[in-house]
Amino acid sequence: MVALFLLKKKKMNKETSPISRPFSVVMETPERRDAPSVTDRYYTRWYKTDVKGKPREDHCILQHSNRICVITLAESHPILQKGRAVKSINYQISAGCSRLNNKVSGKSKRGGQFLTELAPLCRITCTDGVEYTIYSCIRGRLLEVNEDILAQPSILLEKPSTEGYIAVILPKFDESKRVTEGLLSRAEYEDVISKRATQQPELC
Amino acid sequence: MLPLKEKDRPLAHKLLAAGCCARCVLRFCCVGTPSSYCQSYEDTSRELLAFVSDMGPKAQNDSSAEEQAEGPPSKKVKLGSCQSEGQANGEEPDSGVCVACLGVLQGFCSHDFSKKVSEAVKSEDYEFDNMVLFVSLPAQLSVREHACWLYVKKEVREKSLCLNKDDVIQVKEAFKWTLQGMLSQELAVPVVPKSQFEVGVGFVHPETDVDCHFLAGTCSDCFKPTKNKESVFTRMAVVKALEKISDDRFCREYPCPPQRVKTACASLDTTCLHVSVFVAGRYNKFSRSLPQTPWVIDGERRMESSVEELITQPLLAAFKADGFNFSSSGREDVDVRTLGNGRPFAVELLNPHRAKFNKMEVHLLQEEINQSSDKIRVRDVQIVTREAVAHMKEGEEEKTKSYSALIWTQKSIVQNDIEFISDIKELKVAQKTPLRVLHRRPLAVRQRLIHTMSTRYLDPHHFYLHLRTQAGTYIKEFVHGDFGRTKPNLGELMKTEVDILELDVESVDVDWPPAIPE
Repeated sequence: MVALFLLKKKKMNKETSPISRPFSVVMETPERRDAPSVTDRYYTRWYKTDVKGKPREDHCILQHSNRICVITLAESHPILQKGRAVKSINYQISAGCSRLNNKVSGKSKRGGQFLTELAPLCRITCTDGVEYTIYSCIRGRLLEVNEDILAQPSILLEKPSTEGYIAVILPKFDESKRVTEGLLSRAEYEDVISKRATQQPELC
Repeated sequence: MLPLKEKDRPLAHKLLAAGCCARCVLRFCCVGTPSSYCQSYEDTSRELLAFVSDMGPKAQNDSSAEEQAEGPPSKKVKLGSCQSEGQANGEEPDSGVCVACLGVLQGFCSHDFSKKVSEAVKSEDYEFDNMVLFVSLPAQLSVREHACWLYVKKEVREKSLCLNKDDVIQVKEAFKWTLQGMLSQELAVPVVPKSQFEVGVGFVHPETDVDCHFLAGTCSDCFKPTKNKESVFTRMAVVKALEKISDDRFCREYPCPPQRVKTACASLDTTCLHVSVFVAGRYNKFSRSLPQTPWVIDGERRMESSVEELITQPLLAAFKADGFNFSSSGREDVDVRTLGNGRPFAVELLNPHRAKFNKMEVHLLQEEINQSSDKIRVRDVQIVTREAVAHMKEGEEEKTKSYSALIWTQKSIVQNDIEFISDIKELKVAQKTPLRVLHRRPLAVRQRLIHTMSTRYLDPHHFYLHLRTQAGTYIKEFVHGDFGRTKPNLGELMKTEVDILELDVESVDVDWPPAIPE
């Protein structure tokens, strides 16, 4: 049983999209990046919109080819809209649980808090007093939360899809293919966004 | 003529009566000359019987002595049996199998067996100049030996002689003395104490496997059950228990002399094993679509070939090896080239049927690998020792590596903008385990040093970055920052978004294996 598990793990070792492309292609339009970014190369973008029924509270899950997922705010999330600023971020989601206490050890990442789709990751309070909860969106083991945004909340606004990520989650090996079943693809997400724009004007 | 003395006679008589074979008697008489065991079994037993029947009045206390004094020797004390004892009790007719060696020193010390073994070795088609014989005997032989020794110990003490257990010749030794000469002749190579080529013969005797079991009761801490081993009664454990048990206790728990048996040992198939040969060298990788090891997911190959396969295939064929272990001083990604002198590697060839290659032949092998593909190149290919391979792993942890990377910048740059990079020395970076390997590595922060950097400007959005770094530094993550989990990173230093388009390993600074001038 153990041997089989390790064998399966071995398969996931390699990244699927290498960075190389012909140099000539690079030279054509140097200013606009025509080469796919790191995120484009290695991650698939999945979305969950109106999480927990809250309008426009959209999350973006970046799924690496090795099945690790990075939870981020989708560009349509209210926090990222013009004129907002973040006052504080709190990883203490309940009296007994702080995501900051999460500790994993070893290759199997033992000890990480197990999350279900609607498990809260953190609460973000904006300067105008509105509080938002960010959710896991997928089932899996919490590996780490981004502590840099505690010290510098501005990163969350400036680079929500890279340095401003919220958390890193490792789904169970057996569930890795099914983990995105409840999520929207990029195309489906864009569809939802465009439908919103036609239905009602965007709220500030 | 057997080198036996007067004092050996009562010992020999006692052992024969108990059911020992002629050669075991010689062993307990401490006959230490190999040639004494090389006679045929028939000759040996005949001479021994002759010696024993030539007895004086001393042995007349023994019940069977009367019989012996009367008739011709061949009928009286038959080897491996004592008719008066056995048949008087209505037991089965005696099998003639020795109670001490269980037949190992009887039927198996013959040309027939030797031929069987040498045929098996020849059929496996190995090349070898010498060989070592490895013999595996059932654990219960130690128990029976101990019982025989205790049995005769009483006898010699009465005669105020001394018989140390260490003076008794071991079954294994006597067996090797008889078999080695024959094997050596048939295979036309010397049999030596240490060799790279090992021929293994083994024996089993299921009938008496239970003989060891009583030791678990007397000495339970010697027998710890382990998952891997089939039986907890290993030879080593049994020997240990025998050292601990007192003579009295042993005699109470186990018959001295040991009981007779119905069958002789059965021999296991002959095994052949050649020690591993290690081939080392350095490899260059010129392709950006070649993995180091085979890339297979769900039984499907995702990418053609691999560095490992390209190097090992010709070696496996030439050395006629059963398998291999490929290792290298670190490794690079699929899309990264390895330039310069290349990266040290070592291949352990398992059970090679051919192991001797001179420098010329090894050089030809190197050429064969180089001709087979333009995706890799090997150099300094040579046969090395197992110990030498440790140098290579040293390299993985301790030595520096240098790289060149093609960088894209989002903001527009001029030559001046990248000058400052060359001034940065011994830059400390803290790298959290990159997300791309986090599924198979523990989460940790690694402190690494980037010793030096230099740049070559290309255009407003591109430049080449050369770096010399500590072993274990993730270059790609140093450039793009890996979600800010590597700090500092190039993007932070240049205050713009950057990406890495191409990466080459320029050198792996390990001075092993030794360079071979072309």
